[in-house]
Amino acid sequence: MSGLPRGGAAIAGVACSDLGAVAAQMSPIDLMAQGIARALDDCGLRLADVDGLFCATTQARTSAMSLAEYLGLPDAYTDSTIVGGSSFEVHVAHALAAIDAGLCSVAAIAYGSTQRTVGRKQASVREYNPYETPFRPFLPATAYALAASRHMHQFGTTREHLAEVAVAARAWAQRNPAAWDRRPLAIADVLSARKVSDPFTVRDCCLVTDGGGALIVVAPERARALRRKPVYVLGCGQSITHASISSMPDLTVTGAVASGAAAYRMAKLAPREIGLAMLYDAFTINTILFLEDLGFCPKGEGGRFVAGGAIAPGGRLAVNTNGGGLSFCHPGMYGLFLLIEAVQQLRGEAGERQVPGIHTAIAHGNGGVLSAQATTILGTAEAL
Amino acid sequence: MDASPLTTYQDYLDQGILAFQRDGETGAAVFYPRLIAPRTGAALSWHHASGLGTVHATTVVHPQQGEPYNVALIDLDEGFRMMSRVEDIPPEAVRIGLRVRFRPHRPGGDEPPCAVFFPAEAGA
Repeated sequence: MSGLPRGGAAIAGVACSDLGAVAAQMSPIDLMAQGIARALDDCGLRLADVDGLFCATTQARTSAMSLAEYLGLPDAYTDSTIVGGSSFEVHVAHALAAIDAGLCSVAAIAYGSTQRTVGRKQASVREYNPYETPFRPFLPATAYALAASRHMHQFGTTREHLAEVAVAARAWAQRNPAAWDRRPLAIADVLSARKVSDPFTVRDCCLVTDGGGALIVVAPERARALRRKPVYVLGCGQSITHASISSMPDLTVTGAVASGAAAYRMAKLAPREIGLAMLYDAFTINTILFLEDLGFCPKGEGGRFVAGGAIAPGGRLAVNTNGGGLSFCHPGMYGLFLLIEAVQQLRGEAGERQVPGIHTAIAHGNGGVLSAQATTILGTAEAL
Repeated sequence: MDASPLTTYQDYLDQGILAFQRDGETGAAVFYPRLIAPRTGAALSWHHASGLGTVHATTVVHPQQGEPYNVALIDLDEGFRMMSRVEDIPPEAVRIGLRVRFRPHRPGGDEPPCAVFFPAEAGA
């Protein structure tokens, strides 16, 4: 992503669509439209102002086409890049590029999923892979479990370290009224839950919910004229290392190393200068891997880093303050929610879970099976 | 017209051979089989693997119905990695570092053959 200008675009509006279990017969495009309407309300723009559509869902093969029809925007610049859950971090980079190039001026980035309502198998049909499917991996969990097995073997990461991630996410979720699962959760509960794919129990795995939302991205000068405090796009990076887990170059090192380095370079920031880490937690091992690969701790130390409530409220680093994919919401491609939470935190709108005094945040998206990594660094005017 | 790499791979398996490819320029082992080599774009040649390998990563899948089973990533001695399973021992007894040996699995019917593994050393 070299060549993108630091602060070349700002997120002016954000909103979640209905979340959790949405009304019967709601479609993914309904949820995108609902998210866009709410995000436009958030920043004070109107649908007629939108001239760029960026979207992804597993439930529509040609989602940009469907969304342009639904919204009646035949002339919109469109991009429906889909690389799994990190698609929306990629869309932010693409929207910045499109705005910088004059291809559009008000970009709506949208997501919608009804996977809980229609069932995960309906929402995301898994492609047959002749080199993996015959062995019946329970995907995606088995792929992440294989990576976890390596991390535990090489670095001494423990079952309890993984559970710490789920417990911390739940503690944050208890401060977020919009979170799907806010029940108390202890390490022992994670360990004794139903086994899925060793070392994971069901509490190591993300939720299965409906949901969606939208971001409105504009040029920085336009954002400053709107009603909300602008959140600037300071850095972007992406790396796609594989599609199937058997082709991952190193099971303990993700493409976040490269995507993070690119984003930090563009943002002219270092990990120690980041106030909030939103790390795509599809499974508990993710958070540990991304803390390492994005430079918050050395490689192999992620398990020990999270121990003792270090990423829970009051810990040493604020991580996944909305409750994450593990406890807030996970409609299949969760990456948009990382950005929404980062923006709300940077604006100081996060209520009981607000991290005080932060000017920078990293939103790190993960797609596929640790496959498509995309990093976005955001900041307030103070960080420009 | 090129033969499908998958068909060639399965034809070898039918003969009891675990086949893989090498990059014609660098000699690097390539798996899964392709029409061109990753990164270099070079032509690929087919080779027979010894069938000996090491468990690189392992998990036990616990289906909501049915018995738990093993899924593993195996590093073959020739320098490529594949997904498979280790048979003949309980799924939870499969450990990273275990030396394993290939055998073809022929499910029969319309199902193509696949490569599975079992412990290479007695008493493992």
